[in-house]
Amino acid sequence: MRRRTGSDDSPSLFESTRVPVPPPPPREDVLDTFPGSSPRSAIAVSTLTQTAKDILEGAFPPIWVRGEICDFKSHRNGHWYFGLRDRTSQIRCVVWSRDQRGIPAAPDDGMQVTAFGQLGVYPARGEMQFSVRRMEATGDGLRRKALEATRLRLDAEGFFAPERKRPLPRHPRRIAMVTSSSGAALRDVIAVLRKRAPGVELVVVHAAVQGDSAPLELCHALERVARWGGAELVIIGRGGGSSEDLWAFNDERVVRALAACPVPTISAVGHEVDISLCDLVADHRAPTPSAAAEAAVTSRTEMSGALRALRRRMVHAIDERLYERTSRARAGAHDLDAATSDVIRMRSQRLGALAGRLNALSPLGTLDRGYGVARDALGRTLAAVADFAPGESFVLRVRDGEIDALVTGVRPMAEEE
Amino acid sequence: MTVEQHLARLEAIVAELESEHVDLASALALFEEGVVCLRAAAGTISEAETRVKRLRELADGAFVVEELRNDA
Repeated sequence: MRRRTGSDDSPSLFESTRVPVPPPPPREDVLDTFPGSSPRSAIAVSTLTQTAKDILEGAFPPIWVRGEICDFKSHRNGHWYFGLRDRTSQIRCVVWSRDQRGIPAAPDDGMQVTAFGQLGVYPARGEMQFSVRRMEATGDGLRRKALEATRLRLDAEGFFAPERKRPLPRHPRRIAMVTSSSGAALRDVIAVLRKRAPGVELVVVHAAVQGDSAPLELCHALERVARWGGAELVIIGRGGGSSEDLWAFNDERVVRALAACPVPTISAVGHEVDISLCDLVADHRAPTPSAAAEAAVTSRTEMSGALRALRRRMVHAIDERLYERTSRARAGAHDLDAATSDVIRMRSQRLGALAGRLNALSPLGTLDRGYGVARDALGRTLAAVADFAPGESFVLRVRDGEIDALVTGVRPMAEEE
Repeated sequence: MTVEQHLARLEAIVAELESEHVDLASALALFEEGVVCLRAAAGTISEAETRVKRLRELADGAFVVEELRNDA
């Protein structure tokens, strides 16, 4: 303690007379009554902890701390409590429920993490407490844990089931691409389409593909594509990046929006190593955007080849029909057997597989042009001379009705012999 | 019709022609239709640059497909 030993501004009278209790100078007065400096100025516990809290918070800005998780508890009040420790020290930590959005998943005991937060004091216990707002685990541990949880949940709902996969249209005319309109993925897709695809229109639907806003932008873009309804196929993707850059494609909201897409989808996230949840839910997964474009369209050459093959088959089939007409006269009663032969069954299966589009085909067009169809009483078509017997009646269907008719004679054509 | 639809129709026509269930008159009509489809599909295939557009939503919720500038 500094004691008063005399000074220029003190009257010399006091020096000489040695006053036992010198008049308290202003400075000493403060020291004696300073909170906590004497029993009489003792402070309350809450004042102590509050002061310590203020000092700690003032001394430490929010910081990153690394350590191992221990004693993790998710309390029913919604907050997470745990310790962060290394070999010699430990600090109690809390993640308030409102801050948990910034953390992919709850950490597990033993995880090595880095946590970002504010050091303070928990007044009720008088303990130092680190309030964590962000956390990352070594090797993406937390994100991977969250990803796995999401994957299991969606899998349980059947999102990745093979039977959900729709076939891609083979020759889509209009393809929507959900990606960044300034990204490498778009350039790659355009390049491949220009090289291969005849007459395809690519409609770009822009969305950020990385960063915090990416998941929502991707969802909105997918939802716009669905509402627009003009695309026959959707490609969603981005060029390669670190696995960190691809997290938006693991976002549950994006995966659900992609699954809800009314037309077939190709996911092209451009990362060979990690498969994203979008890859799993899309109807087709392409390792890169270029591969997606190749899967999306048939090349001009292949398409011309397919057309040539169809033309050959068609000409061959009509030739056969013309030839058949002559043989059917002889075949007669064998028709029924033939109808059950494997060849016929196989062909009608193929016919069935080639879709109900055939329903659109009506024989009425043919009737309009002046042809008639003869049927017997059972409704069987009578197509050859052998099908008619003199004296038997049949029904002739023409454009605007039916005629009851009677066979009075038959004359096979000479060239059909 | 799109190339896709033409090709699907063609396949259906060919399958039907091959199925032997069609009478000759219908077969000939199918053949005629097939020739029209073939011509249309071949025409579309030989046409055509890839066009790159972008989708824009208007304030009233309607959509316009417009040219994308600065595409690569």
